[in-house]
Amino acid sequence: MASILRFRKLCYVEPVKCSSLGFESFETPKIEKKDEGIGPSIENVLQKQEKKKSKRQPKEWRCVDYCCWTIGFMCTTWWLLLFLYHCLPVTLTGFQVPEPPGARLKREGLTALHPVVLVPGIVTGGLELWEGRPCADGLFRKRLWGGSFTEIFKRPLCWLEHLSLHNETGLDPPGIRVRAVPGLVAADYFAPGYFVWAVLIENLARIGYEGKNLHMAAYDWRLSFQNTEIRDQALSRLKSKIELMFVTNGYKKVVVVPHSMGVIYFLHFLKWVESPPPMGGGGGPGWCAKHIKAVMNIGPAFLGVPKTVSNIFSAESKDVAFVRAMAPGVLDSEMLGLQTLEHVMRVSRTWDSIISLMPKGGETIWGNMDWSPEEGYDCDLARKRYMKPSLNDKKSNNSDGKRGFHIEDYVKYGRIISFGKAASQLPSSQLPTLGLKEFSSTSTSSSSNSPCGEVWTEYDEMSRDSIQKVPENKAYTARTLVDLLHFVAPKMMRRAEAHFSHGIAENLDDPKYAHYKYWSNPLETKLPDAPDMEIYCLCGVGIPTERSYVYKPSPSDRCKSIPFRIDSSADGSDNGCLKGGVYFVDGDESVPVLSAGFMCAKGWRGRTRFNPSGIATYVREYQHKPPASLLEGRGIESGAHVDIMGNVALIEDVLRVAAGATGAEIGGDTIYSDIIRMSERINLQL
Amino acid sequence: MLRRRNGTEIETSTNTESQIQKENGKGGIEVERKGKEKAKVVKKKKKGSCVDSCCWFIGCICSIWWFLIFIFNAMPASFPQYVTEAITGPLPDPPGVKLRKEGLTVNHPVVFVPGIVTGGLELWEGHQCAEGLFRKRLWGGTFGDVYKRPLCWVEHMSLDNETGLDPPGIRVRPVSGLVAADYFAPGYFVWAVLIANLARIGYEEKTMYMAAYDWRISFQNTEVRDQTLSRIKSNIELMVATNGGKKVVVIPHSMGVLYFLHFMKWVEAPAPMGGGGGPDWCAKHIKAVMNIGGPFLGVPKVVSGLFSVEARDIAVARAFAPGVLDKDVFGLQTLQHVMRMTRTWDSTMSMIPKGGDTIWGGIDWSPEEGYDCSAKKSRNNDTQTTSQNGKGGLGFKKSVNYGRIISFGKDVAEIHSSKIERMDFRGAFRGNNLANTTCHDVWTEYNDMGVGGVKAVADYKVYTSGSILDLLHFVAPKMMMRGDAHFSYGIADNLDDPKYEHYKYWSNPLETKLPNAPDMEIYSMYGVGVPTERAYVYKLTPAAECYIPFQIDTSAEGGSEGTCLKGGVFSVDGDETVPVLSAGFMCAKGWRGKTRFNPSGIPTYIREYNHAPPANLLEGRGTQSGAHVDIMGNFALIDDIIRVAAGATGEDLGGDRVYSDIYKWSEKIHLQL
Repeated sequence: MASILRFRKLCYVEPVKCSSLGFESFETPKIEKKDEGIGPSIENVLQKQEKKKSKRQPKEWRCVDYCCWTIGFMCTTWWLLLFLYHCLPVTLTGFQVPEPPGARLKREGLTALHPVVLVPGIVTGGLELWEGRPCADGLFRKRLWGGSFTEIFKRPLCWLEHLSLHNETGLDPPGIRVRAVPGLVAADYFAPGYFVWAVLIENLARIGYEGKNLHMAAYDWRLSFQNTEIRDQALSRLKSKIELMFVTNGYKKVVVVPHSMGVIYFLHFLKWVESPPPMGGGGGPGWCAKHIKAVMNIGPAFLGVPKTVSNIFSAESKDVAFVRAMAPGVLDSEMLGLQTLEHVMRVSRTWDSIISLMPKGGETIWGNMDWSPEEGYDCDLARKRYMKPSLNDKKSNNSDGKRGFHIEDYVKYGRIISFGKAASQLPSSQLPTLGLKEFSSTSTSSSSNSPCGEVWTEYDEMSRDSIQKVPENKAYTARTLVDLLHFVAPKMMRRAEAHFSHGIAENLDDPKYAHYKYWSNPLETKLPDAPDMEIYCLCGVGIPTERSYVYKPSPSDRCKSIPFRIDSSADGSDNGCLKGGVYFVDGDESVPVLSAGFMCAKGWRGRTRFNPSGIATYVREYQHKPPASLLEGRGIESGAHVDIMGNVALIEDVLRVAAGATGAEIGGDTIYSDIIRMSERINLQL
Repeated sequence: MLRRRNGTEIETSTNTESQIQKENGKGGIEVERKGKEKAKVVKKKKKGSCVDSCCWFIGCICSIWWFLIFIFNAMPASFPQYVTEAITGPLPDPPGVKLRKEGLTVNHPVVFVPGIVTGGLELWEGHQCAEGLFRKRLWGGTFGDVYKRPLCWVEHMSLDNETGLDPPGIRVRPVSGLVAADYFAPGYFVWAVLIANLARIGYEEKTMYMAAYDWRISFQNTEVRDQTLSRIKSNIELMVATNGGKKVVVIPHSMGVLYFLHFMKWVEAPAPMGGGGGPDWCAKHIKAVMNIGGPFLGVPKVVSGLFSVEARDIAVARAFAPGVLDKDVFGLQTLQHVMRMTRTWDSTMSMIPKGGDTIWGGIDWSPEEGYDCSAKKSRNNDTQTTSQNGKGGLGFKKSVNYGRIISFGKDVAEIHSSKIERMDFRGAFRGNNLANTTCHDVWTEYNDMGVGGVKAVADYKVYTSGSILDLLHFVAPKMMMRGDAHFSYGIADNLDDPKYEHYKYWSNPLETKLPNAPDMEIYSMYGVGVPTERAYVYKLTPAAECYIPFQIDTSAEGGSEGTCLKGGVFSVDGDETVPVLSAGFMCAKGWRGKTRFNPSGIPTYIREYNHAPPANLLEGRGTQSGAHVDIMGNFALIDDIIRVAAGATGEDLGGDRVYSDIYKWSEKIHLQL
C-alpha cells in the first residue's frame, strides 16, 4: 500500500521537479531509501528515464494521463459504436428473426375477438412502495420487486424489512405499504430483458389487442388470496374489469390466461365471484357461465409444487443447494453479518401465498412411503430427450424393458423429504417410524433464543432436542409433511390454516366447503356451473423437475443457521433421478407434470364430482427444446416454467382461442408425458 | 504492472536478501525496457497528439463524472434536503405530512383527469419505420424518437384527416394507470406531487384512479374507439362500491375539465349515445369536481395554434432568429409538419373560445377592458406601487381592445372600430394555388388556399371571437368540418331544446345544464398573476409561397412601460395559458346560485392562487406557483384538495378566495342566466 502511494506521489510530483529543479530529484530517492529500501531502485531508474524524457520533451505523458487516455479512448469508441448502432436501420441490426406467430395468424385472418385477462403468478409481478420507513426515503412508487433490484444492493436490510409482511396477520406491517404495480407493466418484464408476458402481449397486439380488451390482473402475490380482496379489493376489481370488458367488447366472453400460481388464484376467484357477498363477490351462480369463455392455465400448479416444501423447510431449492455444494461455507458463514438464507427464510415465511403452493391431496395424489404415481419414470430417457430433442426408438424399447425388470428399483417419490440417501430408498418396513404426534408434546420454548441475534426464524424457538427429533423420522410423505411444517413453523402454519387447505374433500356438499380457505384447492371445490366454459392445462414437459429431497442436519448446529439442509452429496442412483440431493421427475422445471396435468387429465375430465357441469378440459403439453443458438435467447420452443411464455406453439394456441377457436378446433389434447398413466394410478373418488 | 510487482516484493522481503537483489534487478531491467518503449510510443504519438489530448480530456471528464456519480449514490438519501435546509432554512412540511399530523386520513376516492398534452401515448401497432417501439411511449417520457426519426414520429402521432380516428395500420393508445401523467418528461412533474401528498394520508392505487384518455381525439370518439368513458364510469362505480359507498372527488386539469363536463352529461344520457347511468348517477357517485386551471370557455392560445401553429414562445424564437424556423432546414419544414399534425387532433378544437362576442368581447368592447398590465408586474415589486397608481388612473383611456383576438397590424389593434376598413373575406375566391405542387409532401390546408384567399383574410383586419370561427372555417375547412360534428361554441337560447341532447354540446358549459346533483360541489381552482395570451397582432409572412402565410408580428411592442402588448401578443391576467375569464366565469357567475345552466343549484367555489415565482433555484418549479402546470405543485392547492378528499366541504375551506378582478369582469358580461 505504501509503495502504491509513493508511486502515485511520484507520478504527480516528480515531473514538476524534473522540469524545474532537475538535480533535486536525485535526493528524494535517498530519503525514501531509508523508509523501505526495496522499491527505490525501480524508482531511480524510472526517474532517470523520466528525466531523460523530460529533457527531450517538456510535455510528458504520465501514468494518470495514460489512464485518462485509455478511458477516454474506450468511451469514445463505445459511443461511436452506440451511435452507429442507433443509426443503423432496425432491420439490419437484428439477425433474421423467425416470424412471430401473431403476424402469421394475422395473415390467416385472425382478429381480436374475446377480451383477454392475464393473471400473473408468484414472484413475477412487480411490487412498489407507497409508504415506508425513513430508510426507504425517496423510493415512493419505485419498484421494490421486479425491475433492476438495485435497492437490494444499496440497502439490503431495509429492502427485506419492507418486503416482509406482518408475522401474525399476514398483512402490512405498521407504517409500511407495499402494493402491486397495476397494468400491463406489472409483469411484462420481470427484470429488464427478462420477459414474462411481454412476448404474449406483443403477439396479441399483432392481431389487434390493445388496452381496452387486454387486462393484466395484477395482485399482491405475497398475500393469501382472500387477503388481496380484504386489503386491496383485488378480486372485486378483477370482477368489475371482466364485466366491463364483457360489455364494452360487444358482449364477448373473456379468455383468462393465468400462469403458475395465478392458476389457483383464479380458481379462488371463480368460487369467490359466485359466492354470496359477505365472503364472496355476489355475482350469482351464473356469473362464470356468462362472462368466461375459457381458462387457459399456463404451467398450472393445481396440486402444488414440491419445491415449495424445501423452500419453507430450509429456504433452499436446487440452485441454492448447488451453490452450497460448490462453495461450502459461503452461504452459511455470517459474511458481513448478513445471514442471507436466514433473512430470506424469515421474509418468505411471512408470505402466505407460498403455502398455497404446498402439495395438495396428501398421499392419495403424491404417493406414500412405498408408492407414487410417477413410479417407473425413467430419468435417463428423459434426460436424453432433454439433451437431444429427437426421440430415439431404440431407447424407448430399452426403457420398456427396464420397466419390466426393475420394479423394486423405482424411485420412491412419495417420500418428499427423507433424511439420508438410504432412507429415501429403503423399503418402508425397514424404516424406523416415529409417531408424529410426539413432536408436538416435545416442543418447548428454547433457551438458545436469546443469543441468536435479531434474525427471527421460527427455528430459533425450537429447542435443540426437538430439532433432533425431526430427522429421526427419516421420511415424510405429503401427508406427514403438513405435520412437520406445523412443527417447525407453527406461526406460519397457523396463519395458513385460516386461508388454505390441502386435503381432499369427502363430500363436496358439506357446508364447510363454502369457506374461502377451500376455494383454491381443486380437490375441495366444485367448478362453477358453466358447461360452455373450457379449461386448458398448457404445460411444458421434458425438463427434470424437483419432486423429492434428501436432507441432512446441518453440521454446525449453532443457533443462527437453519438446522436442516439438502444433502447435495447424495447423487445418482442407477436411473439417474437423484442428483445433488434432489429426485427429479418430468415437468417444466418448477411444476411436475402430475400437478399440472392431473386435474385436466382425470380430476375434471368428463362429469365428475369436482366438475359437476362437465366443463370441457384439454391438456396441451409442449415438449421442451433448448434454444438452438445463443441468438435465440430463451428459445421459442422452450418448455420451462417461465420461458414457456415465449413458446411459439403455446402463443399460437392462446391466440387462436382468443380469436374464437374452441379446444376441439385447435386439436384437442396433445400429450407427450405419461400423465394419463400416472393419473390412472391415482385412486381418487370422482 | 509496476505496482503489483512492488507489492509482491514487499511481501517476499522477509526472504533472503539475495533474492531481493535479484528481483530488484529484474524489476529494474523490466522497467527500463518499458520506459524505453514508452518513450518510443510517445514519439510516435506526437503527430496524433490532438486526438490523444481529446481522448485524454474525455477520459478525465468520464472518470470525474463516474466518481461524482459514485459519491452521489453513496450519499445518504436525505443529504440534498439537508443542504437545502442549510441554505434556505427549514422547509415547510409538504401539505400531506402537515395534514396527516392534523389527523386527516383517506376518505373519498380520488379520480384524476389529465389535460391535453400531459398524458402519455404509446404505440400498439405501427408502420415499418416504428419497429421496436411496441408499447414504448411516443408522447411523454424522453421523446427520444422525435430526434431519431422525426417524420416517422409525426406520421404516427397524426390522426386520420377525415375521420379523426386512427390512420390505417397505426394504433397509438393512451398509457393507463397513474404513470400516464405523473411525470410528463423525466423530472417534469404533472400529477406526481399531488399523488405523493395524497399517499401521505393513506391513498393508494385502490383509492386513486387516473382517467387517462387519448387527448388527441374528440371526447365522444374516446368512447367510440376506446370505450374510455365507459371505463371511467365503471371505475368510479367500482371505487364507490369498494370504499364503503364514499363518493368520489374528481380532479380534472386543463382540458380534462371539459372532458369531465362531457362525461357528466354522457353518463346520464340514455344508452345509444350516452352511458345510461340514469338521471341521478352524478348525485350518487360524485362528491366534488375540483377543476384545476379549467378552460371552461376556451383558450385564445388555441386560436393562434390552429391559425399559424405558433404561440408566444415560437413567435419569440422567430424574432430572435428569423428564418430558422421558416427555412427548409434539412428539408424538415418543422412548423408545417407540426401544423399538419395538430390539425388532425380534434381535441384542440374543444378549446376554441366559446360564447362568441358575448363572452370574449366585440370589436370595441371586452370584459377585461381597463385591466392594467403593469399592476401585475409590480405586484411583487413594492417600489413601483406609487407610479403604478398614477398610471392606473391615466391609462384607463387607452385600454386594450381584447375583443379583437386577431388583428392584422398593430395600428388596427388599437384604433377605434369606425376607422377600420374591412373587406369581407367570406365570399372570397379560394382558388387552387399554383404553388401547391412545389410544396413537397407537407400538407397543410393553406396549400389549398389561393393567394387571393390569403389576401382576403388579411383584408378583414380584425377578428373577434365570433368571426374567428368563420375565419377557421375559411382557412381550415376540413378540420372544422370534423370539429363541427363534435364541438359547439355558441350560447344556448333555450336549453330545453331537444337538439342539445346531442353530444357535441356536452363539453360547452354554455350549452348544457349541469346534472341534477344539489349535493355536489364544483370548484374552480386556478393560478392568477401570470401574463396570459389573450389577443394577437398578425402580419402576412413576407414570402407567402409554401409557408404558413400568417405569423405573429413580433415587432409590435406596446411602447410604454406598463403595456399589455409584447411581441405581438396582448396579455391579460391568468395562469400563463388560460385567462382568468375562461377559468373563473362559470363558477363566478354562470353557475353561481340557481341559474339556467345550473338548475339544481350546485354550490360553486372559486379558489385562486396568486403566482409567486420560486425564491431560488433549489425550489425547482416552486411551491407557490400559479402557472398552468406548475400549479399542480402549489402547496395551497394541494392542501385544499387533500382537505376536500378527506371530507371537508367548500365552506370548511373558506369559500371563495379571489385575487383577480373576475367578479368585476363577470358583471360586464351580459348573459341571460
